Amino acid sequence: MAKIVIDGVTYDVNPDNNLLQECLSQGLDLPYFCWHPCMGSVGACRQCAVKQYRDADDKEGMLVMACMTPASEGSIISIEDEQAKSLRASVIESLMISHPHDCPVCEEGGECHLQDMTLMSGHNYRRYDKKKVTHNNQYLGPFINHEMNRCITCYRCVRYYDDYAGGTDLSAQASHHHVYFGRHEEGVLESEFSGNLVEVCPTGVFTDKAFSEHYTRKWDLQTAPSICTGCSVGCNITPGERYGTLRRVVNRYNSEVNGYFLCDRGRFGFEYVNNTDRLRDAVKQGGGSSEKLSTEQVATVIDEFKSASTIGFGSPRASNESNFALRCLVGEENFYAGYSDSEHEATQLIVQLAKDKAFNSPSIREIEKADAILILGEDVTNVAPRIALALRQSVRNKARELASASRIPQWQDAAVRELAQHERSPLSILSTYVSRLDDVASDKVIDTLPNLASMAFALANAISDKSPNSTSPADEYKGVIAKIAEQLQKAKRPLIIAGSTSGNLDLIKAAANIARGLNQQRSEPIDLCLLVPEVNSIGMGLLVNADNSLQAGLARLDGGSATRAIVLENDLFRRAPKTVVDNALTKAEKVLVLDQFSTATSDKADYLFPATAFSEHEATYINYEGRAQLSFQVHQCATGAMPSWRWFGEATDIESLINRCTNEAQGFDKLARLLPDKGSFIAGMKIPRQSHRYSGRTAMRANLSVHEPKQPQDDESVMSFSMEGISSQKDASLMASAWAPRWNSNQSISKFQDEVNGELKQAHPGSLLIERDIETSSYFEPSSNAESSENGLHVSLAYQIFGSDELSARSSSIQQRMTDPYIGLSPDDAEAKGFKHGDSVSLGATDSTAIVCIRTSIKPGSVVIYCGNSEINAAELPSQIEISLNEQAEVLRGIKGLIVSDLLEEEY
Amino acid sequence: MVNNPLTKNIDMTRPPMDIAAYEANDGYQSIKAIAKGLSSDDVLQQVKDSGLKGRGGAGFPTGLKWSFVPRGDDSPKQKYLVVNADEMEPGTFKDRLLMEGDPHLMIEGMIIAAYAIHASKAYIFLRGEYIVSQQVLTRAIAEAEERGYLGKNILNTGFDLDIVVHTSAGRYICGEETALLNALEGKRANPRAKPPFPQVSGLWGKPTIVNNVETICNLPGIITYGVDWYHGLTKGNDHGTKLFGVSGKVKTPGCWELPLGLPIRELLEDYAGGMQDGLELRAFLPGGGSTDFMLPQHLDVTLDYDEIAKVGSRLATGTMIVLDNKTCPVGMVGNLMRFFAHESCGFCTPCRDGLPWVDEIFNEFENGRGNEKDLQILHDHVTYLGPGRTFCALAPGATAPLGSGLKYFKEDFDRHIKEKCCPYKH
Repeated sequence: MAKIVIDGVTYDVNPDNNLLQECLSQGLDLPYFCWHPCMGSVGACRQCAVKQYRDADDKEGMLVMACMTPASEGSIISIEDEQAKSLRASVIESLMISHPHDCPVCEEGGECHLQDMTLMSGHNYRRYDKKKVTHNNQYLGPFINHEMNRCITCYRCVRYYDDYAGGTDLSAQASHHHVYFGRHEEGVLESEFSGNLVEVCPTGVFTDKAFSEHYTRKWDLQTAPSICTGCSVGCNITPGERYGTLRRVVNRYNSEVNGYFLCDRGRFGFEYVNNTDRLRDAVKQGGGSSEKLSTEQVATVIDEFKSASTIGFGSPRASNESNFALRCLVGEENFYAGYSDSEHEATQLIVQLAKDKAFNSPSIREIEKADAILILGEDVTNVAPRIALALRQSVRNKARELASASRIPQWQDAAVRELAQHERSPLSILSTYVSRLDDVASDKVIDTLPNLASMAFALANAISDKSPNSTSPADEYKGVIAKIAEQLQKAKRPLIIAGSTSGNLDLIKAAANIARGLNQQRSEPIDLCLLVPEVNSIGMGLLVNADNSLQAGLARLDGGSATRAIVLENDLFRRAPKTVVDNALTKAEKVLVLDQFSTATSDKADYLFPATAFSEHEATYINYEGRAQLSFQVHQCATGAMPSWRWFGEATDIESLINRCTNEAQGFDKLARLLPDKGSFIAGMKIPRQSHRYSGRTAMRANLSVHEPKQPQDDESVMSFSMEGISSQKDASLMASAWAPRWNSNQSISKFQDEVNGELKQAHPGSLLIERDIETSSYFEPSSNAESSENGLHVSLAYQIFGSDELSARSSSIQQRMTDPYIGLSPDDAEAKGFKHGDSVSLGATDSTAIVCIRTSIKPGSVVIYCGNSEINAAELPSQIEISLNEQAEVLRGIKGLIVSDLLEEEY
Repeated sequence: MVNNPLTKNIDMTRPPMDIAAYEANDGYQSIKAIAKGLSSDDVLQQVKDSGLKGRGGAGFPTGLKWSFVPRGDDSPKQKYLVVNADEMEPGTFKDRLLMEGDPHLMIEGMIIAAYAIHASKAYIFLRGEYIVSQQVLTRAIAEAEERGYLGKNILNTGFDLDIVVHTSAGRYICGEETALLNALEGKRANPRAKPPFPQVSGLWGKPTIVNNVETICNLPGIITYGVDWYHGLTKGNDHGTKLFGVSGKVKTPGCWELPLGLPIRELLEDYAGGMQDGLELRAFLPGGGSTDFMLPQHLDVTLDYDEIAKVGSRLATGTMIVLDNKTCPVGMVGNLMRFFAHESCGFCTPCRDGLPWVDEIFNEFENGRGNEKDLQILHDHVTYLGPGRTFCALAPGATAPLGSGLKYFKEDFDRHIKEKCCPYKH
């Protein structure tokens, strides 16, 4: 800690930071543009000028940029100094020279950092009366609007997109006052994290295109703290609703999880909530017709299902509460997994490893601290995208290390990058196809899954000879194995990543062996990050017994030991072979399906109940780390849909259900800690979901009736559908939306943080549920390799950020980025079979088709299959497959939108 | 003894000397001295002792700059020498004379500098338009390589050096040493924040010295003839000789090597031949486009860094631009402002958005639409674009002719407003 004086007041600050960051941490208002809390300083905008004095006797002082000046011990500065104020006023004046006066029609208006800073810097009257500079705008794809005329050239967009997120197709072009930020030509922004441009841009150059379709001012959105359901990371988000439709999703800061950034699936994948094909009413169906059920009839149906011969299938995309309520209804022994059997096995293993004291399941903040990383088989960018963004920061730890050796402050962003150039912390990737992180990887090995597994076991053996070796890997890998082993052993904080999506259990076991080997050489637990695909894969995995796999449940229906089935928010045809599901559901006497949409499974249902979507209910989910997080209801559902648990009649309100789950379900004993402490609220007061500027409440239904209805009541939650109540500034864990006086933009977040980049005040970053109570020193044995047949190509699965997730794939902007299923083949295999890029093919014995995508990195003898939005049933794919041309196959989207780096024919 | 070490070999009526002729005239003696055991510490000390100051404009002591490069075993192995030959300062054409006239002098200087700072790779960042320089230097480098003055293990000293000629794509900002480094790395030519200085983290993040062509060309003389000889060259406070140029409506514009410390009058009248017939001296910029105007009353000031600073300007590149009494001073300043506005890299706000506004206002003055409000805005920008407020020295450089122009030519600005036209054109 250092003491510095700001305008006569002494503050305790961190001398490793710059003055701007420390001023903001102290709650002071100092305008800025180019600085960003997690991208550091470059000194471009000159907006944060302050006066610095050499000592107490110095009356003259010197203007400095706060962001470029260390907060060193004894610093004396003034924000209020007239010269500093005057420079800040001049800077904002020149920034505004060519900025259009289009705030009323600009989508940033009302949450614009430029508006806030303009007011704060005291610029109201435009002296500039010459011709403004204008630019042409570009088409940047379905996510982002481009309005370059609003640009104030702060360079944040390229610093984020290129330097932070590793994008290559957005750049600063031209010079002097013609600097242009765009692509070399119009086209889709390729980065999976392009949506953050909307929040990084301090004004309205990059705006949310999906939001534009039904735009509403920030203050008119009804918002609540929510959790993204796009993957297992569980990023914190703030969805906004108006007039009954969900309008947009923005990032909600969580110091441990997502920080300031989301992926594009998370930001744009919510639109399905508004789809008109959402299920609306509880119906009884059969014989091609459906009949709406009354409340009483629904109760009768549920009563019917409460018999012993009913089994339930859980869902990795449903909340803990709905899964738990179903388990209560059918009984624990009758509650079956709602994901594929191979995933079940992998998830059970992952849960077991999550209890092991040798490991730590790293949060994103912890991932960013790793200084040597090994990824085994997971396509992180497409499976848990936010983690891929974090890994891009981890590899920069080498740069940070070099910078401290050269005494360059870490916040000197450009200087740290110049110093390190291409030196990075080691990142080794073992995969079946080239990943989107390969540009920052130190070693890449592409091979078939069995070969990767044997290599991974050899690596574990190289770290600890107690770890069993497998069939020895090819000689060509011996060097790289030794190198990676050494890097991991030398690292201060090594990180091993594996997971269930590779579909290979041995890779998880090898990852555990590697981590255990490392753990035995040091005292701390080793970061072992095990990925799962869906928002609540872990939650459901904790609730389901190891024996209760999906196919075990289906077999009970098939065998008649169960006659009724309840399927919770799940399409079982994505999870098990078609004929198996078909047979089971046909044999069942009655099937009740609850979901947001009709699916192949719901077509088989006798009863179909509509379930609310993520923004329409309060719920908890457990992410890949075992972190439980609470997601609040944002808005009411206008249709007859209810949270699935409510249909079951097991509980009357969410809080009692969470409490019951806490008490009854093994491993959930910390769940109730997520619930806000109502006792800390002033009697009866709630947190409003609507801002204090929310407009038109009395008029918003006037087209239907001039009589204003009573505001909807929320008896269960600590939040209200109202403008009135306690300001969320009191408790940032209930922050409906970040806002502070003078700070209307998302930059107001610093007012809610303990310190810049710190925790939110009174925040609840989530509860880590799983106790680590297992101590063992035993290593996993590799599975005995299945006999490989002579024919066919080794199969592995590929994923796409846009398409592999079931619900977001129903969002229209996501759909514009989706492709058809494809098979990735090596050029050699394609040539041998006479396939050309873009040909349609049939896959083995299945009736699935796919498009041929010739990728240069794929190992000959193997095929990588992207199943699309389950157009191909992954559960039906054998480990080796024959592929044949199929000229009749229907091509819907093609694969033109595919963004991979190793296409043989780029022009397809 | 030689008294014009920079230009002694230069005769622009013939091609530059080849390596044999250059060697015959004391050339590459310094390299031979190195081969005989002159250590890099000795070279550094001699350059420090010589008092040589950087000739690129800022006048920073060269030996001191070199001494910031980390030495010793724990310092980064790779270090770089970069010669800033991106001569783009308005009115400046001295480096071109040196490169076109005597390429071996610069190459010898580069070997000395690289040896002193332990750099095994050197770049010449050459202004793209200097095509003749590029050809001449490339040929001379090949000759020096053939003689063993460049390459591996130079004259069995164990010292290696390669020189690469890099032709710039052409931006004034590349003359700013850190922007030059970015450009050399293939990035946007934006300046870098200092600290860290290039001596610590420069090209590719490695310790780097960037020196101006003329600075480099001073080195062979210092090593070959000694510090005492060098100290004897000057007539003023600063050491050595310097190239001085004069452009504008003088009788014989040109570039000459003269000892530091001569009165400006002597340069203007004896070398440049005085003003053309019928014209009077109105003012002059002593060291290129980013220095403050000086007036005829300053003609007896000597050509010394400190003496010129005393009257509020800078010797800078030492190449003078002369303004006569029949040329519009407002137009002249406006012309410079257009240049600086156009050459702003666009990184920091005051320079990027301030200079074009200044330029627009001069445009209005030129076209008879000048007004008091805009005149005030010009005055505001002199402060706003001043030192400490911008990211690098480009905009503060531009305020030098702007601020002094507003002060010395107030009457002309007022006449533009009052007469609604440029009085020099009508």
